[in-house]
Amino acid sequence: MYNDKVMDHFMNPRNVGVIENPSGVGEVGNVSCGDIMKIYLLIDDNDVIVDIKFKTFGCGSAIASSSIATVMIKGKTVSEALKLTNKDVLDELGGLPAVKIHCSVLAEQALKAAVLDYANKTGKHYPELDGFEPDDGHDDHGLVQIEF
Amino acid sequence: MKRIYLDYSATTPVKKEILEEMLPYFTEKFGNPSSIHKFGRDAKAKVNEAREKVAKLIGANVNEIYFTAGGTESDNWALKATAYDMRNRNKKNHIITSKIEHHAILHTCEVLEKDGFEVTYLDVDKYGSINLEDLKNSIKENTFMISIMFVNNEIGTIQPVKEIGKIAKENGILFHTDAVQAVGNVHIDVNDLNIDMLSMSSHKIYGPKGVGALFVRKGTRITPFIHGGAQEKQRRAGTENVPSIIGFGKAAEIALENLDMHIDKLTYLREKLKDGIMNNVSHVIYNGHPEKRHPGNVNLCFQFIEGEAMLLSLDIVGVAASSGSACTSGSLDPSHVLMALGLGHEYTNGSLRLTVGDFTTEEDIDYVLEKMPVIIDRLRQMSPLYEQIEGGNN
Repeated sequence: MYNDKVMDHFMNPRNVGVIENPSGVGEVGNVSCGDIMKIYLLIDDNDVIVDIKFKTFGCGSAIASSSIATVMIKGKTVSEALKLTNKDVLDELGGLPAVKIHCSVLAEQALKAAVLDYANKTGKHYPELDGFEPDDGHDDHGLVQIEF
Repeated sequence: MKRIYLDYSATTPVKKEILEEMLPYFTEKFGNPSSIHKFGRDAKAKVNEAREKVAKLIGANVNEIYFTAGGTESDNWALKATAYDMRNRNKKNHIITSKIEHHAILHTCEVLEKDGFEVTYLDVDKYGSINLEDLKNSIKENTFMISIMFVNNEIGTIQPVKEIGKIAKENGILFHTDAVQAVGNVHIDVNDLNIDMLSMSSHKIYGPKGVGALFVRKGTRITPFIHGGAQEKQRRAGTENVPSIIGFGKAAEIALENLDMHIDKLTYLREKLKDGIMNNVSHVIYNGHPEKRHPGNVNLCFQFIEGEAMLLSLDIVGVAASSGSACTSGSLDPSHVLMALGLGHEYTNGSLRLTVGDFTTEEDIDYVLEKMPVIIDRLRQMSPLYEQIEGGNN
């Protein structure tokens, strides 16, 4: 059902945990949706995400998507990271079963929520976040529709 | 790698002696039971021998057993054929069932509702048992059938079948029960229990897939559902699935011979598995009735983690289980059975069903008990919900 890369990221997820005194924290999803992701960011003076940690409640593909997304985000500037879409996550994982595509949107949304927290704390403005509603976290907005 | 199968309620392996009984009927004894010649007569005799064995397992008469393609067909047949016949002849159009039936019943009822039938779906208590007063109160003048499952496939709860049968009889209503999970796992006597129709399946009792039966009490009208030839006393057309019916018969014979031993063994393993998990893992609830349950069924909800992640983790260490979580359903809806117990999403998402069977050993249970806490803890350490409630363990 899942490819080897997905299973690797599920069994050996990268960047699981928390960051003490993070620059920003974001959490999206809810229990009734069946998945929740929380992202912690450490951002340096050059706006580079120098560390990222996550915790995810969810199925195998939610955990694998979270893990691979953190690998993709780490080391990028905030603006670069905000360009990440669920399709990038899917491509990097080598695909997910059709019914699990929605899991891949979680990381994109959690990252935005964490950056919004950072922006609110620092007074910075990221145009990529205009119109982003963290409460919408899991409404599949901006979800890439893939034909099967 | 060691593979431990704890999904016996999904299906069972065919026992060797059952397969051996079937094999000649694929090749040298391949006759069509409807044929006059020796090939046909031999097949017919053997099919009737199987019918006797299946009848005996539930205390029925041989003439009351109709072979079908499985439990789902039996459920469809019992409900639909009776519904249309009752409406046409008696103007009755009301069925009483429960919210925790198998989809073979629930989806059939939904189709009947669309065609104008009335269906009452009884609630269940926290153990998954229906309330007999609710049942009595829901009976109306136009009620023609009560269809309540014998043993629930997810949580294992055994319904008060004898009392239901008594209520049905007193009110002149037919009583059908989906006994797919009950047959071969609990003692059944259709006469003592006042059952009019009973659905069963072969592959849950170590027989082949694709074959089952419907018991229809003598004197109870049942119109054909599959039309064609004169097989099954003109009630269920189509050339008999002879090898599978023979396998089902053998499975029924073995099930009856071993029933008490089977129940004792499974109950022992079930309790060991359940106690071992409950005593070593926190924030877990045991679903279903504590005593009145399938001897091999353990159903648990683990808080803060999700069922599919548990299934994948167990599969990696060689353990096969199942879950009622939304993410494993294919439809992204959580189990209707767990929801009917009144459990919230925080529980239903973390559901796990482990079902033991005849080939499960005590060593298998020990292995699972060794692996389970590690798996649960790993997923919980990843869960933001666990962090919130426990303060985590970073």
